[in-house]
Amino acid sequence: MTSAAQALPARTRMHAASAALLRYLPFVLLALAWELVARFGVVSSSALPSLSQVAVAWVDLVKDGELITNGAASLYRAGVGLLLSIVIGVVLGIFMAWWRPVHVVLAPLVEMFYPMPKSALIPVTVIWLGFGDGSKILLIFLGCMLPVTIGAFNGARGADRALVWSARSMGAGRLRMLWDVVVPSAMPEMLNGIRTALALSFILLVSSELIVARQGFGYLIGYLGNNGSYDGMFAVVLTVALLGCAADRVYQVLMQRVLRWRE
Amino acid sequence: MAGIEKVRDSRSSAPAFEPGQSAFAHAFYALGWSAVRSLPIVLLAVAWEMFARSGLVTSFVLPPLSDVLVRIGNNAIGGELFLNIGLTLYRAIIGFLIAMVAGIALGMAMSRFAVMRWFFDPIISVGFPMPKIAFLPIVVLWLGFYDVSKIAMVVFDAIFPVVTATIAGIAGIERELIWSARNMGAKNHELMWQIALPAALPQILTGLQVALPIALIVAVVAEMAMGGYGLGGAMMTSSRFADSRGVFAGIVEIAVVGYVLVKGMALLRRRLLIWHSEASEPSAV
Repeated sequence: MTSAAQALPARTRMHAASAALLRYLPFVLLALAWELVARFGVVSSSALPSLSQVAVAWVDLVKDGELITNGAASLYRAGVGLLLSIVIGVVLGIFMAWWRPVHVVLAPLVEMFYPMPKSALIPVTVIWLGFGDGSKILLIFLGCMLPVTIGAFNGARGADRALVWSARSMGAGRLRMLWDVVVPSAMPEMLNGIRTALALSFILLVSSELIVARQGFGYLIGYLGNNGSYDGMFAVVLTVALLGCAADRVYQVLMQRVLRWRE
Repeated sequence: MAGIEKVRDSRSSAPAFEPGQSAFAHAFYALGWSAVRSLPIVLLAVAWEMFARSGLVTSFVLPPLSDVLVRIGNNAIGGELFLNIGLTLYRAIIGFLIAMVAGIALGMAMSRFAVMRWFFDPIISVGFPMPKIAFLPIVVLWLGFYDVSKIAMVVFDAIFPVVTATIAGIAGIERELIWSARNMGAKNHELMWQIALPAALPQILTGLQVALPIALIVAVVAEMAMGGYGLGGAMMTSSRFADSRGVFAGIVEIAVVGYVLVKGMALLRRRLLIWHSEASEPSAV
């Protein structure tokens, strides 16, 4: 999933720019096809509003603040849930790798719950915490924790024995070693686990908001769809989809930056 | 998926079987070990039952496990259980099969033709991390409320891991294999079907193992959003009537169905790859 621009030996800026253009040309073609199909009435405009209509609707939604307030609500839920899952997931994963009793108790539970579709919990979190932020945050936390835990566990377990031994022989205490040796060597797999969690958080957020919510992206999509303003609905759907994709890209760049010391 | 497999390996599986031991001792050992491993799950079930009966929470917030199991039993006797499981599985598996065929075909085409790669590569790499479930209302708008839209949604979500796994699998084939096949006079299409596809099979199966749980999840979420029959739809109906036993019964049913699907896929993988070196590696199912 590395972009062509990175893979190319960046000889000149022009070169890279034209390569990027060539790479993303399929999107331009798709957008053109969309506009033409909608414009010339190949399909009815209630089934497929043209791209330009969608763009206008997007600007309107931003102007009257609906996209911003609902978006902020969604991002708040995803952010808090994801943060909780990262903190608790990392701690659990490292302890599982570090203390055998923790592993014996948690591993079967992790194995049992990992393949379980977390979206099935949507109605349960509603029973527990109602229709508001709490239920979404809980859902995202529960859904995103296991990939982080497994990533941290695999990473910490793979910590180089030689490094652990030499740290110990140099007199590092148990906690010191955990922080200085185990955590850094767990980093790559841990960060990969967090990447999975990031993608999951968007999926869980949108599905829970589509099903039960009074605020947020998913709610806005459903609301606009029910009112028949399909151009607005398309605009919000594309916004969410692109946000999810952009979050992944930004995360990848950050991840590479964090892992630079390994080279 | 790779993650969970590592977790599995690491449980230092069963203690090694000494050649001197009798088969009975070995069986006893294995039984004891699996009892130890399932202990936390049993404890969790007991804790659920006791916590729910302790009076700290109402039975609406957490119905006792025994009540939930009774409810599942009643659903089974009434036949709704099988209807719902059948419908959900039908949507998930039809979608999964379409995604499998289309995904492998697209992956092979992208590996072979530069034009296909040029057109689809950016679309796949942008589409993979997208929360595709957001497109659900659009798919409903186009295809209606019935099975077609749910299956289309499953295909849309499950196809991405299959395509990327197929491309990665074909790209990872050893050059020597291709060269010797060419040397023996293999034509292009023979090379693709008889050499590249089997050689890429382990990777493709990994992609399918990722895609299968996705198919189930998307089917359930689509049912939840649209209502009607199926495991997800039944849960939402229970939830509307504040019937929390029904909701928890749905969770247990979905968890069991998901677990069986994932395990079944792992078994199938071992069967299909019996000729491959990975099959002789120790792995516990």
